[in-house]
Amino acid sequence: MTEIVERQPLFQTAIENLRAEVADWESNEVASFLSKQAERKPAFFTLGDVPVKRTYTAADLAETPLEDIGLPGRYPFTRGPYPTMYRSRMWTMRQIAGFGTGEDTNKRFKYLIAQGQTGISTDFDMPTLMGYDSDHPMSEGEVGREGVAIDTLADMEALLEGIDLEKISVSMTINPSAWILLAMYIVLAEKRGHDLNKLSGTIQADILKEYMAQKEYIFPIEPSVRIVRDCITYCAKNMKRYNPINISGYHISEAGSSPLHEAAFTLANLIVYVEEALKTGMQVDEFAPRLAFFFVCQADFFEEVAKFRALRRCYAKIMKERFGAKNPESMRLRFHCQTAAASLTKPQYMVNVVRTSMQALAAVLGGCQSLHTNGYDEAFAIPTEDAMRMALRTQQIIAEETNVTQVTDPLGGSYFVESLTTEYEKRILEILEEVNARGGTIKLIQEGWFQRHIADFAYETALRKQSGEKPVIGVNCFVDGTKDPEIHTHPYDQSTAERQIARTRRVRRERDGAKFEKLLQQLVIVAKDPAQNILPITIELVRSGGTMGEIVETLKGIWGCYRETPVF
Amino acid sequence: MLTRPIRVLLAKVGLDGHDRGIRVVARTLRDAGMDVIYSGLHRTPEEVVTAAIQEDVDVLGVSLLSGVQLTVFPKIFRLLDSKGANDMIVVAGGVMPDEDVLELRKMGVKEVMLQDTPPDMIVATLTRLVSERGER
Repeated sequence: MTEIVERQPLFQTAIENLRAEVADWESNEVASFLSKQAERKPAFFTLGDVPVKRTYTAADLAETPLEDIGLPGRYPFTRGPYPTMYRSRMWTMRQIAGFGTGEDTNKRFKYLIAQGQTGISTDFDMPTLMGYDSDHPMSEGEVGREGVAIDTLADMEALLEGIDLEKISVSMTINPSAWILLAMYIVLAEKRGHDLNKLSGTIQADILKEYMAQKEYIFPIEPSVRIVRDCITYCAKNMKRYNPINISGYHISEAGSSPLHEAAFTLANLIVYVEEALKTGMQVDEFAPRLAFFFVCQADFFEEVAKFRALRRCYAKIMKERFGAKNPESMRLRFHCQTAAASLTKPQYMVNVVRTSMQALAAVLGGCQSLHTNGYDEAFAIPTEDAMRMALRTQQIIAEETNVTQVTDPLGGSYFVESLTTEYEKRILEILEEVNARGGTIKLIQEGWFQRHIADFAYETALRKQSGEKPVIGVNCFVDGTKDPEIHTHPYDQSTAERQIARTRRVRRERDGAKFEKLLQQLVIVAKDPAQNILPITIELVRSGGTMGEIVETLKGIWGCYRETPVF
Repeated sequence: MLTRPIRVLLAKVGLDGHDRGIRVVARTLRDAGMDVIYSGLHRTPEEVVTAAIQEDVDVLGVSLLSGVQLTVFPKIFRLLDSKGANDMIVVAGGVMPDEDVLELRKMGVKEVMLQDTPPDMIVATLTRLVSERGER
């Protein structure tokens, strides 16, 4: 004890000496060098506009309390959610797939599993995402095009046919209609005789970022948040290993935001969901361990690593200090990561493989739990099998050949990365305070505040690309006239809608109509009472052959639809 | 020289919610002095064509990133035709394969501006198209 007290002033003196040395270096070596040759730019910034210095030293590191850096698997989890990270278990290589009918996507899943993929992730078509059945007029042309079409339990059965749900975790990228797919997944698992508490998987179900960014919404905010709450509390009681939500910054970033806003806005949404679940009387430690996250990995390498580390630290502090979590599992942020689709280009498209591998490496050095790497054909259409194989191989090279997985948080202690991590933490918490002071997340969504920030940065980015300030290889620099090799994009099978609609109509025809009508009436009663959980009745409805569209249309009759006032 | 600002209706048709591009374009055109109306999301071809005619716009710009261009644009042209508005300049934006771009041009789409088209080029393109057609 005495030794520590005595050493503290020595450390302070050393840092002061170092600061003096840095000042001396600036006025001698640096100044003399600059007099001969100026730097490339008057000032340097990260992609997210955070200023960066010429170099960083132990004096910068000293600005971060050592306990904020800490150790992996220990509060505040800056260095990783688990103590041994990839030394024990690699991240889950989870390439998203989805097109056509359940059978079509099932084939792609089996191909990816055969190639060594360890989890599956499902993309749904626009009608499914928006809660329309395949035979609704709004679905015309969209059935099975950008993802798989799911209307009924029979579709879900086809999608997951022959896949062992206790071995392979199933992630579903779906939001306003997520709870209906969760209900289908539950009925399917029960029919197969699984113990629900043994199943792991995720539904995205993060509706608030839809209003902010991705714009897949159906109902007004209040009932939509209630549905999220219902998924969280239902899973906490019945599916102990299932992630009922994937709170997502990815779409906020893809819609144009800076990495800082991606991070801060995601945590603003987290706070709403936790508050809503707490209102049901649940304790934070009963549900928080299963809250999961999803972030993008953009092109600015160190900024992204710092972003992930700062997010973990902020989350730990929010859960402990604001919500009184006691269980460390409630304080460790786990996240899925996807490389940045919006960074990929059509010209010289094979270069996308390089971009994606750099971003994937940053995601791994940032400590992701699962990862999707984009296909080189992302800027054309949904990916082909070949593009997905290349993307998966990219992850496998990082995992198996580079040895970056041998040491946990290998960038921990880097003067620059620690400094940027702390800068990010500070800025994230400032934004959260501003959101609070301005009346909270939901009020600000209604006012378009988040949307405005996202649109501003998107516009700024477009102008910077145009001026060349933001270089994009093959687009505004290093453009060459050579013709790219011909690309074969994923074809759309014109028979999809017909096949899909035939099955949906068969399910409607063959069910017990009277029983189904009775269940729909019960749904109305449950929907009108916000104290009730909407999942049990939804489970009964899909079990009895109810379609997603029927459930959604019934609820639109009660809750109405959301319509945004667009900002630009 | 044009005697009045170019009027543009920018529209999202179908279930696609990707609106980053269209909002950047909306701001770009507005900053360039054009009158810009943005439809918001999830519109039908009928709604878009009706609005374009009512608002008496020079240009109808439709953004799609959901792959349904070959379903949506034929409907838009049929509707414009049936309402006697075939001098409306129709342009497209978004993400789509090259072969679809060719199809759209055959159909009568004047320009297809994909991702990474510089904002100034979009302004120049619309200005040229309206000048070529002449004021209505």
